[in-house]
Amino acid sequence: MQAGMQEAAGNPGETYNYRVVRQFAIMTVVWGVVGMLVGVIIAAQLAWPELLPSVPWLSYGRLRPLHTNAVIFAFGGCALFATSYYVVQRTCHVRLVSDRLAGFTFWGWQAVIVLAAVTLPLGMTQGKEYAELEWPIDLLIAVVWVSYAIVFFGTIMKRRIPHIYVANWFFGAFILTVAILHIVNSAFSPASFTKSYSAYAGVQDAMIQWWYGHNAVGFFLTAGFLGMMYYFIPKQAERPVYSYRLSVVHFWALIFTYMWAGPHHLHYTALPDWAQSLGMVFSLILLAPSWGGMINGIMTLAGAWHKLRTDPILKFLVTSLSFYGMSTFEGPMMSIKTVNALSHYTDWTIGHVHSGALGWVGMISIGSMYYLIPRLFGRTGMYSVRAITLHFWVATIGIVLYITSMWIAGVMQGLMWRAVNADGTLTYTFVESVKASWPYYVVRLAGGVLYLGGMLIMCWNVWKTVVGSRPVDAPVPAPTMAHA
Amino acid sequence: MDILYLLVPLSVVLAIAIGVAFWWAVRNDQFEDLEGPAHRLLLDDDDRVPRPAPESSHAFHASTASPASRAPEAQSAPPPAPPPHRG
Repeated sequence: MQAGMQEAAGNPGETYNYRVVRQFAIMTVVWGVVGMLVGVIIAAQLAWPELLPSVPWLSYGRLRPLHTNAVIFAFGGCALFATSYYVVQRTCHVRLVSDRLAGFTFWGWQAVIVLAAVTLPLGMTQGKEYAELEWPIDLLIAVVWVSYAIVFFGTIMKRRIPHIYVANWFFGAFILTVAILHIVNSAFSPASFTKSYSAYAGVQDAMIQWWYGHNAVGFFLTAGFLGMMYYFIPKQAERPVYSYRLSVVHFWALIFTYMWAGPHHLHYTALPDWAQSLGMVFSLILLAPSWGGMINGIMTLAGAWHKLRTDPILKFLVTSLSFYGMSTFEGPMMSIKTVNALSHYTDWTIGHVHSGALGWVGMISIGSMYYLIPRLFGRTGMYSVRAITLHFWVATIGIVLYITSMWIAGVMQGLMWRAVNADGTLTYTFVESVKASWPYYVVRLAGGVLYLGGMLIMCWNVWKTVVGSRPVDAPVPAPTMAHA
Repeated sequence: MDILYLLVPLSVVLAIAIGVAFWWAVRNDQFEDLEGPAHRLLLDDDDRVPRPAPESSHAFHASTASPASRAPEAQSAPPPAPPPHRG
């Protein structure tokens, strides 16, 4: 500890707010199980449509948004809250700016999730993909999100470390952009308490929807998780990030180029051709910053590759980057209009989404939680390291089954739909392509069951780690600045 | 495509906001040192309790591993919960 710092010393006994991090970390695991279970159920419904009693609230059309909302906003969202609160405190050497507001973001976000779980099966929906929730819930989301921004940026503002670590830039961009996306896309005119209509119509609405939809992928499912990547991979590998300079370039390049990729979701629709082509070009440009970041993360292990053999947490973190690289190559390729002519509306898209969701988002979150949870509960490590290893292999095999089956099914569907006879009539009826897809739907279900199984192993492991532990709040170190 | 009258100005505003953030970062010496922050991250010790010996199949194994810290793979029982370290 150095004397003579010009900074005001941290209050003696000041601790980090780990409480809210603990809350979000535990709920990440819980919502992960719930969301993936619903995913398994709807995967089974696609293979066996009559599986569940035919009541409206168990129908595929209502459970599917429940699945997407649960895994993206409940599982992914809680993971982002937990890690961003942890990282911003640890890298700024300061406690969260307000415990009460941080607590409000936790309970508010859980309320949003529970309301979603009730209203979506009841059929209350705005009908906008990944933005289905009705307007009263939308308003609650906006309030929680603004509170989140206040807590996060307030903490940054009172930081004791002058330099803002790159992970915080990613988290900050994610928080701000999601606020704007949510507010613009969810503009509505209410018809009743449970029904509203979008403020936009027709192709205008489609354009806004996919401007939102793709930027949600870019900022919710990418930028935020890149923040995790830039903190937890160096920490777990005990290596500095391969090139800090590149990480800064990665950040600015990514946020400058992401905004206009959305129209690739609307190839060959009523959207003007030039807008489609613009979306395609921006999607292709995105490959560069994405791969720059991916390589930066993986090369952080340079000289420490042997750690991958024995450390299953590092396995999760690094494999997630491989899937990030894979899906950020696949995405730009699928945005090329000629490729899209084959892939659009097929299960290839579903496979692509899940290589990003299960591989990138899921694995980086799971790895980060395995890193965090022992530290939050005063343990030296997870209860069972072997269970983490088992989780890793079960999850990896599950992902491989999922995406390969969807690739095959998708390409097959695309080829069957476009096949024409010499007289110009279609070779196959639609239902023939459905029948041909059946075996792949069963394989996909098996992949999903494995991934869910891995999550249940994690649940058990977390339970054994947490029960009987003494939650800790680490002390904020007294300021010792390198530049002093 | 009237929607562009909303989306294009919005993008311009965002681009300006990003530019201002970048300008602020440059002015506040955020990019002065592009090596140190990566190392400083590792200096922040967030282990509440001593970590188990670094997993290693290397020569140092016997000398660096203290008796209290075994390689995590070796044990299936819950790790003992040592007293928390303060400051």
